[in-house]
Amino acid sequence: MMLLTAICLTYIVFFLTNLYPNLEKLAKTQGNFRMSEEAVASYLGDRGYLQPTPIKYLQWLGVLPGHAMTKEDGSVVGKCVRPGVAPEDTPRYCGILQGDWGFSTVAKEPVANVLGSRLANTGKLMFWVMVVMVPSALIIGVLAGMNEGSRTDRTLSTASILSTATPEYVSGVIFIALLASTRNGIGPWLHEMGLIEGKALFKGTAKTAMDKVTFENFTLPVLTVALYGMGYIARMTRASMAEVMTAQYIRTARLKGVSFRNIVMKHALRNALIAPFTVIMLQFPWLLNGVVIVETLFSYTGFGWQLVNAAGNNDIEMLLAVSVVSVFVVLVTQLISDIGYVYLNPRIRIS
Amino acid sequence: MEPLTWTGSFGAIVDPVFTLVAYIFIAAVVLQIIGSYLLPPVSEVINADGTIGRGTGPNAMIGLGVKYSLLALVALVLLYILAGMFTPLGTVGIVGALAAQFAPVWIALVVTFLLSITYKRRLGLYGKLFDSMIGMIGFGLLMFWFYTALFVGLFDMIAVHDPLTQLSGMKNKVPGTPLRNLEEGVYPYYLLGGDNLARDVFSRMVHGSVIVIVIAPFATLFAFMVGITLGLPAGYFGGKLDAFLSFLANLVLAFPVILLFYLLVTPEIVATGIPNYMAMVLFAFPIIFVGVLLNSRFYTRPKLRTPLLSAILLVMIWLYLSAISAPGTVINVLPGFMDLFNINSGILVVFVSVVFVNSPTVFRIVRGLVMDIQTRDYVAAAQTRGEGPWYIMLWEILPNARGPLIVDFCLRIGYTTILLGTLGFFGLGLPPESPDWGTTINDGRKLLSIYPHPAIVPALSLLSLVLGLNLLADGLREESLRD
Repeated sequence: MMLLTAICLTYIVFFLTNLYPNLEKLAKTQGNFRMSEEAVASYLGDRGYLQPTPIKYLQWLGVLPGHAMTKEDGSVVGKCVRPGVAPEDTPRYCGILQGDWGFSTVAKEPVANVLGSRLANTGKLMFWVMVVMVPSALIIGVLAGMNEGSRTDRTLSTASILSTATPEYVSGVIFIALLASTRNGIGPWLHEMGLIEGKALFKGTAKTAMDKVTFENFTLPVLTVALYGMGYIARMTRASMAEVMTAQYIRTARLKGVSFRNIVMKHALRNALIAPFTVIMLQFPWLLNGVVIVETLFSYTGFGWQLVNAAGNNDIEMLLAVSVVSVFVVLVTQLISDIGYVYLNPRIRIS
Repeated sequence: MEPLTWTGSFGAIVDPVFTLVAYIFIAAVVLQIIGSYLLPPVSEVINADGTIGRGTGPNAMIGLGVKYSLLALVALVLLYILAGMFTPLGTVGIVGALAAQFAPVWIALVVTFLLSITYKRRLGLYGKLFDSMIGMIGFGLLMFWFYTALFVGLFDMIAVHDPLTQLSGMKNKVPGTPLRNLEEGVYPYYLLGGDNLARDVFSRMVHGSVIVIVIAPFATLFAFMVGITLGLPAGYFGGKLDAFLSFLANLVLAFPVILLFYLLVTPEIVATGIPNYMAMVLFAFPIIFVGVLLNSRFYTRPKLRTPLLSAILLVMIWLYLSAISAPGTVINVLPGFMDLFNINSGILVVFVSVVFVNSPTVFRIVRGLVMDIQTRDYVAAAQTRGEGPWYIMLWEILPNARGPLIVDFCLRIGYTTILLGTLGFFGLGLPPESPDWGTTINDGRKLLSIYPHPAIVPALSLLSLVLGLNLLADGLREESLRD
């Protein structure tokens, strides 16, 4: 089933990126902008772009041999041809299955090389986001849920509604204006009081974070991504915690005289954390959105930035690879959440 | 002319009071949260005769403090607004001038709230909303933007300048800057400053609200039509139909939203006409929905059914054809004189993609609700009566699923607003000079750390609208769970 979904999704992406206007634009950027209609058609035809989409798709997958054509002057053009590789060495198959992700027409490099470094950057960002988001969301949710209806609960619940109502491009803008500006916000104020060296508290871009992550350049991007997801996870944790706290066995423990701290820590917590686990895993596709916005806003060249760049510059093979990776991430997290749910929930495990 | 300060000469007296009360309020709230852990919940005094006297204790005192300082804050805010409305321009500074510009909105809000609270017992779920503080705040925020959009869009009232006009010398000016060459009949200030193309930030913000308030609820409504029309049979019949539709829904849901936008909302894709075809499919669902809805109810009374259904369907199909056909695109079926309106292609693309992204989630919710409600006795009773499956779905199951659906509708309008902002933020769909909030944020973010106001103003507007919708949904959920 998952394989079928993956194939369908990649086929849709393939179809949408290989529509004729896209190809025409590709031919014009690769050749020159004043190409005539016929020149465009022959350029695309030579390189095999005008074959029916299913055939192109199978070639891209690596099931069919890649299109190749020898021109009149003896030069070979086709899907598998790379600059700097002799025609004799060109492989017949070059698809995803062969581990060949294609050639980026913008970076002039194989897609796999570019995407690898981008993914590493995004991995770093995601790691810190998870480190910040998950524990704080769980703590907020548990604190709010253990005393349903109390003042703490209402304050924290309202705060988490506020955080779910703040999309990344709003919180990012507010953070930069307040915390990373040398003219406004609290940066200059703290500077005057002599608390910080520079004029701004944090940096408004994460360009330097690619080489070296520091507190100064990475706090704002991480915080921006984490904030939007945090409220949602916290609310789920709160609901689940509140439900567990009304369960029979908690009442029994209370009547036995177990202290409130012990009830929460030993009896309630584990059961209350089953539901949020699923939610956290299903947050990944949403985080992907946040990552795209934040990487654009803070000019951090990661995976999301690459998506925007590839889509904006009509880098077809790159966009395909980006889509495959993101679809893969989504499907894998769905699988993990299903497996993890069964593993964590003893009721399902036994039956 | 002097630039306006934030609160003007009026603020010189009231500002210190406001600051003081605000600090007291914050201190009281902090004290309250700490106190609820450290101090005993009630104070008990054991008397000599063995009885226990129980007082309200320090926590209740702090609670009172919080309440009164909050009331004082609200009163002060009202004072600013009223003073701004009734004093000449400039006395209460920018805040007062803004309050005066929003005057019709305040009046409409006060009228709405007074009427609703007076008759709240007769208004069903809507009336119950006014029992919950959270719900009331959320409703207030939502209605604030709704009335703003209404007065700007229909009567052209609140905005002070044209959202696209560039005035010389106003580039990146701070809030409250007076115009350089003053003319008769032109509002003399840029209340919230100028953006990087010397346009008035305030006017753009209120004009942007029109776009959001028009597109977001309609797109959500269409997504609900699609989701309900497909989700009802999927949940009711199950089997192969359910498996197929669920597979399709999961397919769309597995796409990261932004990737989908980038694939659908590029000029190249628009040129192929794919959004128009999608609009053709998606816009057909309301017709199917209404047709089936009325037919299943009235098919036993053909005399009423036939004229009613044909009249309604005729109007809807005409609207449908006007909506999808536009000159110069792939679908151009209606001749010009019959075409009632043409949807701007940018707006159409944005609308279609937002509906497309939202409908699978609605489908899943409806399907789940139907599977749950299907087992109830009244459904079995209707089946025994011999009602058709569509009657049961639309007139037995759907009305009983309305609670969760209304709550989700509110939340989803908020989510749609966020999606619209995302589209604008990436410059997709709407034209770059469009005043909608996402595009304005995108415009303003380049000079964010030097001139924050062009981006901050639309960001806060979007935040408050989405917050209002979320609070409203929370209030509705609480009130509908209560009975």
